[in-house]
Amino acid sequence: MRTVYMDYAAGKPVDERVLEAMMPYFNQKYGNPSSVHSFGNEARKTIDEARGRVAELTGAERTNEIIFTSGGTESNNLAIEGVAYRNKAKGNHIITSSIEHMSVMNTCKHLSKQGFEVTYLPVDRHGFVDLQALEKEITDKTILVSIMYANGEIGTVEPIGKIGEIAHRKGAYFHVDAVAATGQIPMDVKKENIDLLSLSSNDMYGPRGVGALYVRTGAGVQPVVYGGGQERGLRSGTENLPGIVGMGKAAEIAKAEMKIEAARLTNLRDKLIKGILDSIPESYLNGHPTERLPNNVNVRFSYIEGESLILSLDMEGVACSSGSACTSKTLEPSHVLLAIGLKHEEAHGSLLFTLGKQNTEDDVKYVLDLLPGIVKRLRKISPLTPKELIV
Amino acid sequence: MYSEKVMEHFRNPHNMGEIPDADGVGTVGNPICGDLMTIYIKVKDNRLTDIKFKTFGCGAAIATSSMITELARGKTLEEALKITRGDVAESLDGLPPVKMHCSNLAADGLHAAIEDYLKKRGGQK
Repeated sequence: MRTVYMDYAAGKPVDERVLEAMMPYFNQKYGNPSSVHSFGNEARKTIDEARGRVAELTGAERTNEIIFTSGGTESNNLAIEGVAYRNKAKGNHIITSSIEHMSVMNTCKHLSKQGFEVTYLPVDRHGFVDLQALEKEITDKTILVSIMYANGEIGTVEPIGKIGEIAHRKGAYFHVDAVAATGQIPMDVKKENIDLLSLSSNDMYGPRGVGALYVRTGAGVQPVVYGGGQERGLRSGTENLPGIVGMGKAAEIAKAEMKIEAARLTNLRDKLIKGILDSIPESYLNGHPTERLPNNVNVRFSYIEGESLILSLDMEGVACSSGSACTSKTLEPSHVLLAIGLKHEEAHGSLLFTLGKQNTEDDVKYVLDLLPGIVKRLRKISPLTPKELIV
Repeated sequence: MYSEKVMEHFRNPHNMGEIPDADGVGTVGNPICGDLMTIYIKVKDNRLTDIKFKTFGCGAAIATSSMITELARGKTLEEALKITRGDVAESLDGLPPVKMHCSNLAADGLHAAIEDYLKKRGGQK
């Protein structure tokens, strides 16, 4: 059977060139960068090269502003907890949004039990953070503003530069969770007033288990992992050498190929969106039509539920996701879909396709040929569907 | 995630549809929670002669609806009222633990339809 993988936000294959670059570092070049001898020197040099490549992707001025971590979740934990605890004397207020990733949401939730006050900014129906609310909520006690670069579920790309400006005007640090956007769209920490930026390796076809946090020189951050003082003391633990090499290579490839790949994916994305909305009655796009990640298609269908859509597509070889409660561990629908104002039953009927390197026009056509029939079948089974939709 | 039996019933649900002149109708669940199920029954001589369903929900919700129609068809009302959520899950070779509560509504739907029938009949007397 034909398979079409359109769940790249959930996991991406490692690029062949990345894999090749990593291989020697498992069993041939295994020095510890903390060692004094030649093996150690070589490892140190290798890590710094990778650091340089990640720095280039972000626009960081200095290579040592990149701290390698175990992934996006750890980067977000380090940024938020690290700033909060280090700057407690200045204030206890943190501002974030209501559509952040759980690694931001739950870190903030944890901090609110430790004496910090957290404000969750509302978003509009497209998922844009309310800048007026930010202006209103930010005070001299605000030590950190943490907003995502782009939302991995609905694809909305936030006005990061403007948010950073507002944060800096009040003297707050600005952290950006760029995990979903990593390698997909260009970013520039200097121009966009970013003090801390979380990145993920797998999101740009690097290996899992490695990520990075950009920490602007002079930003006050305290570690969350203590030990031998690696990564400028901000992330102790022997470096994941093959992983870091892989992330460096992935960053190099992303920087070189981003423009062309983003254009290609945007074209596929728009074809898929248009095809769905044109061929299926009562189907709607979640998120913004243009200010969205090049690979993100999030749609919803009235009267049916997302998990049964996923199962139906899976039977035809198509892999995708949904914001339905029935696909989540907590049995709650996606907080992002609720935050943009969808009703629970609307959130249940959502379907998320995230495209990637291996997807083609044929894949889009395959999905467009299948989906109307699947939606129709499930609507026929549903007691909510109006009669006129199933004749 | 699901047993082959669940997938079989999800792919080809049995007795899907409505009974326009049903003797009893039971609706359980709530679209807000993601599962809503309506069971239609025909009763003759205290037996379920026909049973159909319509369901909004996940794979488990659709499969359990299909399974309850198979388990209940031809049974007396007393026998049908004894069918439990556990019986439905067991007949499907089990359900993922997380689905046992939210999506395993079919037995409740059947019981609601029978209660509706008994109530209507009581009213006629």
